Amino acid sequence: MSVMEANRNETEYVTFTTARQLFGLPIECVQDVFKPSRLTRVPLAGPEIAGVLNLRGRIVTAINLNNRLDLKTAADGKPPMAIGIESGGESFGLLVDAVGEVLKLADGEREPNPVNLDRRLARISAGVFRLDGQLLVVLDVERVLDIGLEAAA
Amino acid sequence: MDELLRDFLTETGESLDRVDVELVRFEQDPNNAAILINIFRLVHTIKGTCGFLGLARLERLTHAAETLMGKFRDGMPVTGEAVSLILSTIDRIKGILDELETNQQESPGDDADLIGRLSQMAQHAAAPIPEQVPAAAPPAAAPAAVEADAAPAEPDKAASDAPERPAGEAADRLASHSIRVSVDTLDRLMTTVSELVLTRNQLLEIVRRHDDSDFKVPLQRLSNVTAELQEGVMKTRMQPIGNAWQKLPRIVRDLCAELDKDIELEMHGAETELDRQVLELVRDPLTHLVRNCADHGIESPQERIAAGKPRSGTIRLSACHEGGHIIIRIADDGRGLDVGRIRAKAIETGLAGEADLAGKTDADICNFIFAPGFSTAAEVTSISGRGVGMDVVRSNIEQIGGTVDLSSAPGAGTTFTIKIPLTLAIVSALVVETAGERFAIPQVAVLELVRAGGGGEHRIERIKNTPVLRLRNRLLPLLYLREVFALGEADRDTGFVVVMQVGSQVLGAVVDGVLHTEEIVIKPMSSKLRHIAVFSGTTILGDGSVIMIVDPNGVGQALGRAVQGQMEAIELTQSEEIAVDEKVALLVFRAGSQRPKAVPLPLVTRLEEIDCRRIEISDGRHLVQYRGQLMPLLRIDGDGALKSEGTQPILVFSDHGRSIGLLVDEIVDIVEDRLDIEVGGGRPGVLGFAVVKGATTEIVDVGHFLPQAFEDWFHHRNPAKAGAARRVLLVDDSPFFRDMLAPLIKAAGYQVTAVGSGEDALAAFKSGNPIDLVVTDIEMPDMDGFALAQAIQSVPAAAGVPIIALAAMVSDETIERGRTAGFNDFVAKFDRPGLIAAIKEQSAEATRAA
Repeated sequence: MSVMEANRNETEYVTFTTARQLFGLPIECVQDVFKPSRLTRVPLAGPEIAGVLNLRGRIVTAINLNNRLDLKTAADGKPPMAIGIESGGESFGLLVDAVGEVLKLADGEREPNPVNLDRRLARISAGVFRLDGQLLVVLDVERVLDIGLEAAA
Repeated sequence: MDELLRDFLTETGESLDRVDVELVRFEQDPNNAAILINIFRLVHTIKGTCGFLGLARLERLTHAAETLMGKFRDGMPVTGEAVSLILSTIDRIKGILDELETNQQESPGDDADLIGRLSQMAQHAAAPIPEQVPAAAPPAAAPAAVEADAAPAEPDKAASDAPERPAGEAADRLASHSIRVSVDTLDRLMTTVSELVLTRNQLLEIVRRHDDSDFKVPLQRLSNVTAELQEGVMKTRMQPIGNAWQKLPRIVRDLCAELDKDIELEMHGAETELDRQVLELVRDPLTHLVRNCADHGIESPQERIAAGKPRSGTIRLSACHEGGHIIIRIADDGRGLDVGRIRAKAIETGLAGEADLAGKTDADICNFIFAPGFSTAAEVTSISGRGVGMDVVRSNIEQIGGTVDLSSAPGAGTTFTIKIPLTLAIVSALVVETAGERFAIPQVAVLELVRAGGGGEHRIERIKNTPVLRLRNRLLPLLYLREVFALGEADRDTGFVVVMQVGSQVLGAVVDGVLHTEEIVIKPMSSKLRHIAVFSGTTILGDGSVIMIVDPNGVGQALGRAVQGQMEAIELTQSEEIAVDEKVALLVFRAGSQRPKAVPLPLVTRLEEIDCRRIEISDGRHLVQYRGQLMPLLRIDGDGALKSEGTQPILVFSDHGRSIGLLVDEIVDIVEDRLDIEVGGGRPGVLGFAVVKGATTEIVDVGHFLPQAFEDWFHHRNPAKAGAARRVLLVDDSPFFRDMLAPLIKAAGYQVTAVGSGEDALAAFKSGNPIDLVVTDIEMPDMDGFALAQAIQSVPAAAGVPIIALAAMVSDETIERGRTAGFNDFVAKFDRPGLIAAIKEQSAEATRAA
C-alpha cells in the first residue's frame, strides 16, 4: 500500500480523557458507552479491577483505567463514565473520566510511540496522533485487558 | 411411539446428516484425522444405539461400515469409491429409518449386497475391488421412501402398504411432540427476563412512593407474571439427570442378555438437576461408561462365583451436588482394570515407552484408557472395545470444563468419577452480608446457621488466636469472611456463623448478616478474576445487582492450617475440658522425686513389671533379660541404688527390635490432655513442664535416653555408615517434637538439623548446607508441609531430595494431596520405627538414584 493510499484510509476513534490524557479507541472495538452504576467490588482482585456490574443482563467487569495505567485518579476519585468493550466473549467496561467526540483520523498520520513515552503507557499504546494542541494515544484493547499475564511476568 | 425409539430416530437423523457432510469433507481432505475420528464416532454411536434397540439389520449395516472406516483410521488410503460406498450405506440406513418410523419396526431384509462390498473393501485394504454395482449411483437408489422400490426382493415389505410420502413429513410429525430450541435462544430469553425483572423492580419502587397509585393492582399482576416467566425460563434449562439415565436400564438389560451376564443397575440421585446443555453433553459419555462397565468391568457369573462374589454384578450410578460441582459416579464391582495389560498395550500402541512408564503409578497407567484408539479388549465386540469411547468420554466432559477420574482396585471394581462445574446451572444460594457487601453461598454447602455472641447460646471462643465455636459436641473451626476477603478487621465476637461442608470437613464462616435465600443463575467468572480461589462465579440478583458466589472449597483452603489441624472436629468429651489443637494421651508416672512425670503414651511400647532379682549389672550398666535379649535399663533421676527385691515397674521403649527400659517408681495414670509445654526444663532428659490434670508435671524427653542406651550399638550395627552419615533436615513447629525426634534420628546414624518453620527450612537449603533428606511436619503455621514440599522442589539445590511427611492423622486424602505436593513418604507422628525405616528407605533410594 502506498503512502498516499494509507493516508486516504481513515479510522474512526472514540475519544476519551482520563487523568487529563486524551485517548482513542477504534470505534469497532467499542460496544457502548454507559454510566456505571451499582458497581460491586470484588474482594482480593487487583487494583485494576474496579468491580463487576450488570449491564442489561450481562455481567461487565469494570477496569479502572487510571489504576491500570498507573495514572493519578481525578480529584473526585470516581470516574463517571464507562466504555463497553468485548473480548473473548466477555464484556468489559473501561472506567474513564470523560468520553469525548468521535474523530475520523487518517491511518497514515498515526505515529509510533515516542521512544520516551512512559513505559506504562507505551505498553498499551498502539500509536499516537498529533492533534491540534494535544496528543491522542490510541489504546490497544487486547493489551489493556492483558491483566493477568502482566501481573505474572 | 416408544419414546426411546422416537429419541433414536431424531438423534440418528441428525447424526446421519452430519456424517454426510463430514464424509464429503473427508473425501476432500483424506489426511484430516480429526474428521475421520468424528465420523467414526458418529457411526459407532448409531451402531451402539441400534444394538440396544434390537435393530439387527441397522446394526449389521453400521457395523460393516464402521469396520471399513476403522481401516481408514488405521491408515488405509481413502478412495472416492470407498466414500461412495459408505455414502450409499448411509442412504440405505436412512431408508430403513424412515420405514422404522412408519411401522415402528425394522422392515425385514438383509443388506448382504452392501455388507459384502463393505467387508470386501475392508479386507482388501488398499486393493481396488471389482465394481459390482456402479458406485456413482448409490446402489440403494435414492434415499428415504424410495427404498421400497429399490429393494423389491424383500418379502413382506411392510412399507408397501403404507402410502408413499415425502421424507420431510417424518420430521414434521416428530416436531409436533417436542421442539428443539437452541441454548442460545434460551440464554437470550433469560437475559430479557432479567431485564424485565429489573424494570419491574424499579416500577415497584416508584409505586411504593405513591401510596394511592392506580398502578398498584396491575403492577402486582405484572410482578407475578414476571416471576412466573422467570421461573419458567429458568426451568426450561434445568432437567433432572435422571433424564439422561432413562435409557440405561434397558441398555444394561439388553447387554446382560447379549453378554450372558447378570448385572443390576442401581441409580441414586436421579433428581439432581443440571443445566440442559450440560445434561446433553454428559448423556453420551455416561452411556459409554455404563456400557464399558458392563462389558469390561463386570465378570461373567462363573468368574464371579469363582472369585467368591455374588453371581450378579452391580453398576452403581449416583449423582449429587458437591461444592459447586455436580459429581456423577459410575461404579462397578467387577474385576477392576488390568494395569499390566494397560501398560503392555500402552507400549505396544506407542503411547508411551518402557522408560516413561517406569516412574508412573498404577493410577497414572490406568489413565491411558482415555487415550485415543486405546482398547485392551482382546476381542472386538459390538458393544465396546473398538477404542472409541473412552477418549470421546473424556473430550466430551472436558468440553464442558469437567474432569473424569477413575479409580480401580483389582478384583473389587472400577469407579469413574465425573465432575462437572455448575457454570450453567441454577442453584439455591444463601445471600449473606459482610463488610457491607453481599455474597452468595451455594446452599448445598450450607449445613446450618448459628448466631454467635450477643448473649445467645453460642459463643465464639479462642484457642490462642484461632477462633472456634462449640456446636453441640463438636468444635468448629471458624474464619471471618471479612478477613478472608481482606475487607478489614472483623468484630471477632458476634456474627452469624454459616456452617459449611467442605469436602469431608466442616467449618464455620462468620458473616455480619444473613439476608435471604435466592435461586441464582451462576454466571462464569470474568477471566480476569478467575484466579481468586474463594469465588466460583458471579450472579445477578433479583434486584439487578451483581454479587460474587463464594466457593466453599476456596474458603476451606483459606482456612488452611486451621482446617488441617482442627477439622477433624475433636469430639468433646462429657467433661468440662475444652479440647484444643493437640490432645495427647500421656502416661503419668513418678520416678525419683514426688513431682509427677509424663511421656506421650504412644511412645511407650509396653509397661512391664520385672523381678528386681533379674536385673544384672554389666560394665556398670543395668541390664535385664527381656524377650530373649539383653535390654539396657536407665534411671531417669540420677543413679541412686536400685531396689534389690520386689518388682520394678519399667517403661519399655522399642525401636527396631531393640528396647530400653526406663525405671520408674510408680505408674500413676493415663490421661488425655493437651500438651502445652513450657520448654526450658534446664535439665537433660526433661523437655519442660506442663500442667496435666491440674498438677505441674515434668515431660520426660525420651529422645535423651534413647541414644544413651543405643549409642554403642548403632555404631556397632552400622560401622560402615558412620563415616558417611547422611544429613537430615527436620522441620517441625513444635519444639516438643523437634526435641524428641532429632535425637532419635541421630541415634539411627544421621546428622540432624532441626528447624521450626518452613521458611527456616528453605533458608537452610538456600544457605548451601548439603541436605540429603527432609522430614517435615504437615501442620505448621504460615507455610505448611504441603507448601514447603512444593517450595523445596523449586529450589535448584534441593532437586530430588526426598521428603518424608509427618502427619498427626493420615487419611487417603492427605496422602493423595501429599503425593501431588511431592512427598515421598508419609509417617504417622508417633510411629518412630516407621520414621526411621522411611528415612533409611528414602536415603537408600536417593543413593541408588544418584
